[in-house]
Amino acid sequence: MNTTWSRFNIVSLVIGFAFLYLPIVLLVVFSFNESRLVTVWAGFSTKWYVSLFNNKSFIDAAWVTIRVGLISATVATILGTLGALALTRYTRFRGRMLFSAMIYAPLVMPEVITGLSLLLLFVAIGFDRGIWTVTLAHITFTMCFVAVVVQSRLVTFDRSLEEAAMDLGATPVTTFFKVTLPVILPAVVSGWMLAFTLSLDDLVISSFTSGPGATTLPMRIYSQVRLGVTPEINAACTILIAIVAVGVVIASVANKRREVQKARDEQAAARH
Amino acid sequence: MQKLIASVVSRLVISVPYLWMLIFFLIPFIIVFKISLSQVTMAIPPYTPTIDIWAGWQGFINSISQFSWDNYVFLGSDPLYVKAYISSVIIAGISTFLTLLVGYPIAYGMARAPATVRSTLLMLVILPFWTSFLIRVYAWIGILKPEGLLNQFLIWANVIDTPLNILNTNTAVLIGIVYSYLPFLVLPIYSTLEKMDYSLVEAAEDLGCPPITAFWKITFPLSLPGVVAGCFLVFIPAVGEFVIPDLLGGSETLMIGKTLWNEFSANRDWPLSSAVAVVLLALLVVPIVLFQRSEAKAQESEK
Repeated sequence: MNTTWSRFNIVSLVIGFAFLYLPIVLLVVFSFNESRLVTVWAGFSTKWYVSLFNNKSFIDAAWVTIRVGLISATVATILGTLGALALTRYTRFRGRMLFSAMIYAPLVMPEVITGLSLLLLFVAIGFDRGIWTVTLAHITFTMCFVAVVVQSRLVTFDRSLEEAAMDLGATPVTTFFKVTLPVILPAVVSGWMLAFTLSLDDLVISSFTSGPGATTLPMRIYSQVRLGVTPEINAACTILIAIVAVGVVIASVANKRREVQKARDEQAAARH
Repeated sequence: MQKLIASVVSRLVISVPYLWMLIFFLIPFIIVFKISLSQVTMAIPPYTPTIDIWAGWQGFINSISQFSWDNYVFLGSDPLYVKAYISSVIIAGISTFLTLLVGYPIAYGMARAPATVRSTLLMLVILPFWTSFLIRVYAWIGILKPEGLLNQFLIWANVIDTPLNILNTNTAVLIGIVYSYLPFLVLPIYSTLEKMDYSLVEAAEDLGCPPITAFWKITFPLSLPGVVAGCFLVFIPAVGEFVIPDLLGGSETLMIGKTLWNEFSANRDWPLSSAVAVVLLALLVVPIVLFQRSEAKAQESEK
């Protein structure tokens, strides 16, 4: 492909990325502001981080969020991977249309609807609302994202590898763990990370499905934001952004290394 | 033996996620629909009739006979709800169009970038998507406030004398939606543009076609699947958006997601909020089915 990079392209990229990043950068900058006003710069200070760490309700909410995130991302990854396998490997089974609809619909479903419907389910079966109802809700909406990520890897998967393993006497389960899983692992890992961050971020579904004692960090931030903008929230947001940014950068560096390694291996194999 | 194991495994692979989605996705909708036909009461749970599964078939028939369409009649007759539905669709439509205007040039620029920087650009688009939705909306409050950063900048640059009132208006809601949903639109368009055979455009240009005509006659039609998928990914969730109108919108902003939330948490009218959800879902069923079709088609063509 011809890659003439015209001035128009560069300008649109610069404006686009400025639009994407400027608000976040300003938010981070003002978390280090000395003044209580979030819009007037009064000198560098880390005092809002100190007061944040002394705020017990924020710390408690952070623990709830992390627990919900770890459990729901792990279960969602298992269920989502199974769902992706079901969609790509079994093109014919009863109710396949309904199944694929149930996997794709939550991706775009307005959160207020998902949240309300799950809440009414928990009330109907008499399940006390708390950390477990939030976790179940998060598993449900994040597993669909995992399924889509893993599915996009599975459609390009060379099935003759599996057939070879089975011909040599491996059971389907062994074949999956020894052949299929190692190949799709990058997609499964990025599915887990996506599920974890979606769970970390979610406000609406958590608000509907949580009960007393299960306030997540976004719920805590939201109730604070409604009272006004404070540097303490900026500090909390900056920490969240930092965690996510470090995770994404590590993942992409690891990915790049693996690709370089693969290219080297292939070259070495070609030489022999 | 092998065959038996294979069939058991395949049943499990299908049925475990299937059952999960049935229990936690489909059945809840049926419950929502059922409760939307109930009446609000001061009780726990705050609606009646409740179906008592132990009351047997006769009890079931009894509670069915108490169902009423009153909530739907009320929704249709109260102009507040009708207006909220209409203005949600309009706001979502305008913001989808604006997102396309902002997002398409970014996707195009990325696809035309040298291959070496493309993966970095891709990561830069995805990165804000990984940071919290709430944080990104919150960031705009500090920018759009009357004494906020945008007004400070514009006054400093002598563009305006008095601060603009943007926060708590529909303009702020539009900015919020465009900003939050931009990556959803850029990514599908980028992936269709990246796969496109650029030699078609070169051929057209060699034959004397001006670049702009070549863009509209070749590049844009070929990127349509990505454009359609991206627009659905923005439009459908934006119609039911709650956080953005709540934090950036004002009293003039009527959006159905916010109405549903207020009805549910402030008024504790669960049957009415269920009816609001059912009508919203009915409104979105066509776009959701179209989106699901286009996704399934894209998956098929990749095989």
